[in-house]
Formats: sequence, structure tokens, C-alpha cells
Amino acid sequence: MSDVLELTAAQALERISAGEISADEYFDAYAARAAADDLGAYLWRAEAGSPNGAGDGPLSRAPIAVKDIFCTEGIETTAGSRILEGYRPPYTATAVRRLSEAGARILGKTNMDEFAMGSSNENSGYGPVRNPWDPERVPGGSSGGSAAAVAGRLAPWAIGTDTGGSIRQPASLCGVVGLKPTYGAISRYGMIAFASSLDQCGPLTRDVTDAAILMRAMEGRDRCDSTSVGIDGGVSLPSRTDLKGLRFGVPRELTADAQGIEAGVTEVFERAVDRIRDLGAEVDECELPHSSHGISAYYVLAPAEASANLARYDGVRYGMRSAAAADAEGGLGDGIAPAEADLVSMYERTRAAGFGPEVKRRIMLGTYALSSGYYEAYYGRAQRVRTKIAQDFAAAFERFDYLVTPTSPTVAFKLGARAENPLAMYMSDYCTVPMSLAGVPAISIPGGLAAPDDGGPELPVGLQIVAPAFGESGLLDAAHAIEGAIGFDSAPGSRS
Amino acid sequence: MPPNEYEVVIGLEIHVQLSTETKMFCGCSLSFGDEPNVHTCPVCLAHPGSLPTVNERAVDYALQIAMALECDVAARSIFHRKNYFYPDNPKGYQISQYDIPLATAGTLGDVRIHRVHLEEDAAKMIHVGQSGRIHGSAHSLVDFNRAGTPLVEIVTEPDLRSPEQAREWAQLLRTTVKQLGVSDVNMEEGSLRVDANVSVRPPGQEELGTKTELKNMNSFRFLERGIAAELERQAAVLDDGGEVVQETFHFDPRTGSLTPLRSKEFAHDYRYLPEPDLVPLAPTEGMLDEARGALPELPARRRERYQTELGLPEVTARQLAFDAELGEYFERALQTGDGAEPKTIAIWVTGELVAKLREAHRSDEDSERGEADPAASKVTPQALAALAGMVEAKRVTTGVARQVLATLVAEGGDPAAIVEREGLAQMSDSGELEGIVAAAIEAEPAAAEKVRAGNPKAIGPIVGAVMRETKGRADGGEVTRLIHERLGSD
Amino acid sequence: MAGELSGILDHVERMNELDLDGVEPTSHVVALENVLRPDEPRPSWPREKVLEPAPDPDEGAFRVPSPQA
Repeated sequence: MSDVLELTAAQALERISAGEISADEYFDAYAARAAADDLGAYLWRAEAGSPNGAGDGPLSRAPIAVKDIFCTEGIETTAGSRILEGYRPPYTATAVRRLSEAGARILGKTNMDEFAMGSSNENSGYGPVRNPWDPERVPGGSSGGSAAAVAGRLAPWAIGTDTGGSIRQPASLCGVVGLKPTYGAISRYGMIAFASSLDQCGPLTRDVTDAAILMRAMEGRDRCDSTSVGIDGGVSLPSRTDLKGLRFGVPRELTADAQGIEAGVTEVFERAVDRIRDLGAEVDECELPHSSHGISAYYVLAPAEASANLARYDGVRYGMRSAAAADAEGGLGDGIAPAEADLVSMYERTRAAGFGPEVKRRIMLGTYALSSGYYEAYYGRAQRVRTKIAQDFAAAFERFDYLVTPTSPTVAFKLGARAENPLAMYMSDYCTVPMSLAGVPAISIPGGLAAPDDGGPELPVGLQIVAPAFGESGLLDAAHAIEGAIGFDSAPGSRS
Repeated sequence: MPPNEYEVVIGLEIHVQLSTETKMFCGCSLSFGDEPNVHTCPVCLAHPGSLPTVNERAVDYALQIAMALECDVAARSIFHRKNYFYPDNPKGYQISQYDIPLATAGTLGDVRIHRVHLEEDAAKMIHVGQSGRIHGSAHSLVDFNRAGTPLVEIVTEPDLRSPEQAREWAQLLRTTVKQLGVSDVNMEEGSLRVDANVSVRPPGQEELGTKTELKNMNSFRFLERGIAAELERQAAVLDDGGEVVQETFHFDPRTGSLTPLRSKEFAHDYRYLPEPDLVPLAPTEGMLDEARGALPELPARRRERYQTELGLPEVTARQLAFDAELGEYFERALQTGDGAEPKTIAIWVTGELVAKLREAHRSDEDSERGEADPAASKVTPQALAALAGMVEAKRVTTGVARQVLATLVAEGGDPAAIVEREGLAQMSDSGELEGIVAAAIEAEPAAAEKVRAGNPKAIGPIVGAVMRETKGRADGGEVTRLIHERLGSD
Repeated sequence: MAGELSGILDHVERMNELDLDGVEPTSHVVALENVLRPDEPRPSWPREKVLEPAPDPDEGAFRVPSPQA
């Protein structure tokens, strides 16, 4: 069955429709691979043969990996956090439900940075995920488990979430395709919230066509999510093989003028830009003047919204509740002061025990940014920077059809390399955060391989392509053409 | 200085629970005393990944309230998150409105309205047990049925100047909202909550004194008493040379006193941020027209109509227009079309009926209205209108009618039937009456002499004699006329 | 932790370099208004389902320690 594991999902679905392989065998092949997961990609896996509620539909009962941020009824959902250990949601996220209705079967729930806060999947409460290209290196985050699963052939495709780059950056580091749709394209109902005005669900796949198939199944207005609009006209499957008549912009702030972009990344990026020209597109430099302040604005807005979104994890209605010291001894007895059992204690102990350090850090940042007297200086300012960034993109899209940048300033870094330096970690999102702030769609496709600045084996470099809001069909089409021209071999060389 | 020598400044903050079918942000039904936690869902329980959706009817009702209060409706308003930790607040934030509310700058009666906005109610917490090492810790039980119920918050400017005025105005507000039909506005049940902000200042001082907040006054009576108690306390503090400290007090109905609330539960910094899960409200012409069209005749308009069209005296008009239950009762009595004059019916409702009911329900000290609701009595509006008609047509005397009313209050029924049954019809046979008058004059020669001599007040004993003989069934005016006629003294 | 937070705030304060006078804050990303739900009841959850994940269910409700009175 190993050759079947090399097929893209679309190719496999064709073979299943043609009766050449059976859907159950396909599912079981992946279930077996997932069971042998040595990357830490999965937090929960389906047993071979489980139906998992799939309907009949175009996704032909094919397996899909789902980031553990999506509520799946009856299946433990943790958002990578100990505070939700054992939590079984009583309902299923709309995006997942639509996939099931289209025929998909849940293969497993993938590991992730806790509450989607991270760029390396080292912040999970359940252990890190390893990059299939080099197990000493990170897969990126926060959708590290989904990216590693797809790259490592532990799943044909997966869904994740992207708030500041959490689909695109791990896709780049793992050499797979990752799409962050336009804000509002896919319902957020049932997707555990990190930063409500930025979070979006999206596919991680072997190729652009697979990403389009998943987008088609998931997008659309949902009455349970007031901010969902879907994509007018839906999403069409890509077919372009050239880029004639299209204009591509290269924002200098995220390329030539950016600090911290590795030499190897720049080289791969420039080669990719040459290919784009070769395919018939006009390429020119452009400006996104405020994009260099994206990280500053993002690391105020996202933590601020998160500080409110995570307030519900209080031990009252579900999830972890930290035992008071008294309870640990089997009930209140003499000598135990009532104060230890009081409400505030319960909140404090539960959240101290349940949340990891990065989550705590962001809650504190966010709380500070919203506090009386500081709101205007931080949150208020960040909202205005956001407006300017959105205006920058709007202006750029008057001259250009698409923009291109490297997805990540670096290739995959070593586990632990940025653990002591949160700010360095945040900089991983330098090129992806502006698109999130503007709400525009962006895809990362593998652009090539490069060695890291400090030496080592060659690792994937992602190329990010950005479109105007609701331009997913055109974006996927253009990406399809570029992907064809680049011809990246997506199998990690070090995997046997 | 006693409280009434300081200048008093009172503002009210009112929460109205809307009587929609479903909650503010999810499709759960509202509950009325049901088993705990049977009207909940992922949204109102704040499960991970849940999202709010705005109730269309709640917006319509809030617009109606805003228009009834003559507010400026914002072209665009947004929701905000108000962040604080408490078990009755499942998301850890309440979705409310902050600096861009639904409506501002209105008026009702003498009081300006500062703002009107939408928000959601908290869950119910029941505290159980007492703190104590031996007997086990106190704990609370949380019931989320109420969590998410739609609320409209109304904040007044600090225009009120006395506890009485505050109570009367709060009653006017209640009447207004009741007539809209958007809420039960029942203070005892919690569908109407009134908190007060109170301060005092020495006369002539322009700067406002420090205000305190009073909560948990769940009847109009308690509202007045609570405010009065706090004013006394503040006056005493200032008299002693102290300073009023900003605090929140809970009114305790058992003791009638105010207890300071520990500030721990009440975060002072709510860290408001615009609610990213909801989009702005921008009421369309259609939405505004629908709300406007649903407005019934409001108290001010009604009082005007009662005075100008029905000719009711100002005090009566105001009383009927500003009291929801009385006004409703009066309107129904008018509709029975028994031919009685509105003025007469009005007087029988506000004068006679109210007095009789007050008498009969003297024990309802702490009730909502301080007196019983006429619609809850045994006197139907039709019966009252019929009785008024009978008085007007002189089929019964006023005195007899009062007796009949007492019977109606006690037993209900039909006034004509009662009159028939007890033989109380006004004496209309003038021959019989003339005979009785003649006999009475003969029986009181001294009085008769004085009247003839030009002292009309002396007529009393003769009138009394006639009334006794006729058991009150003769019309007093007619009796007097006949006496004078006979004595040749008219 | 404090040092890390300081460092992050320093970076964030670079926003102060920008002239943002007259710029409206983005409080909502999608250009939608009046997304409203009809006031029609939907089935609530059965209570067993509601209490199943509860850390300390009691008499049909969620038990919590009392706030210090």
C-alpha cells in the first residue's frame, strides 16, 4: 500500500471512485501509519475501520487529520492544553461537520501549540512535534502536528488554523501546501478561539489541488457564526499552467528590507520569482509600508483577544479544576482553613496548573494591553496600525493581482533554539502576520530546499502568495501554475 | 443638617429583562422557574469554540424602548466584552455595549435618559451552607437557565431629587415599558431591576458629591426606603465632618438597612474591547419603522388625550396614564360602552375603586404597587362601568353605589343584579317621596321653622329623617329640593 | 517572565514611531452589519449532557466554592 500513501488525496479519490482501491483499505493504511507515529503528530487516532460518522460524498470516506483545536463530538479535544485534558465536546465544529457530510473520515486529532499560541509546536502541553525532514527540528506551529502528519505521510491531508501564520509557517517548514483563507470564508463555530478577529480554518495538503478540494467542502456562511460570509461563487478547482497577463508584486518590507531572512531562503525565493516571470507574469517591487509593524500590532491584538477568550477556562463547567490542597487529602477536615477552598483559589490554581508559560505570557500581555489607562496606547494603537496595513494591501492590489514573499524568514530551526527567546520566536511570523491583520487570503507552497544559515541538511522553504479578499479561486489557480513550474518533490529525504 | 437640607442628586440604572422567546445570543428558550440547567447549550454555557448570534426580536424590543424614551438611536452601535471572573459569568466576559450604545439622549417625564443598550443576563447562583471548618465549606450552585437572557439597560442622568420622585419616576418607567409589551417588568420576579446612584451636596455647591451605588431593592417601596436610608447615612457622615466614600451597598429587606458589598467581586477595570464575534448594529429604515409602528399610546400622550379629549381633570388623567394597571383597567371599562361618561368612570376607578381595594388589601405592605391591581380584583371593568352608568342615570344614589361596590369587591357579580336582589334602586316614585318628605317635615317642626326663617343649614335633620325612611335610596339633591319646595323656601 | 514581557513590550512600542492621527481603528474585519437570528427556540441540551463534563455536579447544578462573603 506504500505507493498509495504517495498519492495526493485527489489522486486517491479518483482511484477509489474508479474502484481501483477500496476506501476502507485506504483509510486503514493511513490508520496503520498514524499508529506508528514517532513525530508526536497525533494526540488521538482512530482505530482502523472506524466510520467516524462520514456521510457519502465527494470525499469518498477518505481519512483526514484534524488539528485538536476543532471540537469533535465525543472525541477528546484539548487545544494542546492540559486545562482541557479529558474534555469531550458535546458538539462538532461546523468546518469538520461539513467535511464529514462530504464523506471525510477523521483519522486523528493532531498535536498543536497550546491554544494555537506558538510557531514551533514546542508549546504543547502534550510534548513537541518533530519535523519529518529532521526530527531534531521543529515542524513550525501552531498547526505543527497537521503539517508534520501530511509531510510525514501520516495523513493524506489535514486541516489546521491560522491566526498569524499558524498554517502557512508550518507548511513552509515541512514542505507542504498550507492555505489561510480570507477571514470569514470558513465558519469558526466549534474552533476553539485564540484571537477571534484573526483565527481562520484552512487546509494543509500535499498539493494545491487538494487544498482547493478541502476549501470547496468547508467554505460557506454558517448561521452559527455571525462573522462568516463564505466565498461568493464558491471555490473552483485550479487548472492554470501559466501566469500570462498577471501582475505580481514583491513587497520590499517583507523581502529585501526585512531583517533576519536566511540567505538560503532568499536564494530559493528569488529563483521562485524567476519562475513566475518565466510563466509569463509581470513582476515588480511594491510597498506595504506598515507591514514592518505587523508583529508589534499582532502581539497586542491577538493576546488581548486571547485574554478574554481564555477566561472561560475556570474549572466551573468543564475541563480541569484544580483540587484545593484539602481535596487532595480526601475532603475538608479539621486543620484546613476554608480559605483554601474558596473560589478565587480555585480559579488561580486551575489556571496556574492548566496553562503553559507561553499562554500565561500572552494572557498577561493581553490583559495589560486592555487595562484602563493603557488601552489607547496599546490596543487602540494596534487597531489603527491594523487599518493602515489593510489599506497598504488594498493599494498594492490596485496595481497587482498577487503578492509574493517568503513564508518564513528561516528554514526549520532546532528544537529548543528559540525556547528562551519569545521575541525571536514571534519573529517567525514576520512575513505572515500582515496578511492575517488585513484578513486577505494567502497560501504557502514549497518553493525549494535550502540549508540553514548555521549549517545542516537542506530543508524546505515556503513561497507565500497573497490575493485580495475572497480571491481564493484565482489564488489557487496561480499557485497551481507556480507549483507545476517548481516541481518540488514533497517527500522528506530522510524518511525511509 | 438633616438630609432634606442637603441637595440630593439621584440617578437610576435600570435593567429590563425582555420577554422574547429565546436568549440574547443563542436559541435556548427563556425559563420560568424550571429545573436548573434545562435551558442551556454550548453557547450560553460558554463551551470552547462556541459563538454568539444576536436575537432579532431583542433588537426590535430595545429599539421600541429607545423610541418610547424619545432617544436618539445610533446609526451604528457595536457590542463590547466586559471582562470579569465570576461563576455566573460563563465566558469570563459579559457581552454588553460600551461607548457606542444603541441609543442616547432621551427623556421620560422630568428625567433625561443618558443611554439605552443591550446586554445579556448572568446565571443564577444559590449559596449553600456556611463557612466553617467543622460543618464543611460553604459552596454555591450555579444554574445557567438565566444566563444569556436579553437585558436592556437604561441609565438616567442624575436628575432626580428625592426618594419619592425616584419611586414615582421608576413607576412611570415601568408603566411605559409594560405598555410596550416587551417585558413583564416585575420587580419581585427580577424582570425589572432598579439600582440607584445617590449623592448629596451642601446647598449652593456646584460640584457633585461622591456617589454611592445601591443595589438589590426589589420593590418600589424598598427603592424609596433604601434611597432615603442612604441619604440619611451620607448626611450624617458629612455632618460629622467626614467624607463620603464611593461604595456599593446591598439593601437588606429584612432589616431595611444597607450593607456595604465587598469590592472584591466587583472588578473596577472591565478592560472593555469591541466584541469581535459580532458585527455592528445599524438599524435600517425598515427596522426603525417596525419599532415605531409597534409603539402603543405612551403615558405622556395618553395623559394629554385624557385631558383634552375626555375632559378628565389633570390629576386623574395623570394617575390613569402613568399607572399601567389602572390605565389598562380604565380603557377596558370605557370600551364596554354602557353609556357612562368617561369622567364618571374615571372617578369611580381612581377614587372609589382604588380606595376600596386599598382597604381590602391593607396587609400587602411590600407589594409591587402598594395597592392591589384592579384587574386582579373581583370587580370587572364592565361591572365598574355599569355601576358608574347607574349612578349617572340616577338609578342608584352615590351612597348606595358605594355599598354595591363593596359587595363587588368582596364577591364580584353584576351591579344591576345586586341592586335588584337587595332592593337598593333609587327611589324614583316622586309621589311616594313627597309623602315621606311631608311626614319628615311634620316630625321636625323646629328644623322646619328655622329653614323657613332663612337658615338653609338647618335642613339637616329633615334630610336625615327622609334618608332613614328611604334607606338611602332617595337622591339627596332631589330630597333637598322637595323639602324646600314644600316649605316654600327655595 | 517579567523580563520577557518587558522585551516584548519594548518591541510592541515601536508602533509609537508611526503617525496614526486620524486613522480609524479596525474593530470589525468583515464589512457586515445587522446579522440577526430569528427569535425561534431551538432545542436545549438534555441536562445529563450539560453536566457530564462538569468537575463537580450537584443537584442538577454546577457546584463551586463560595466566594468569600
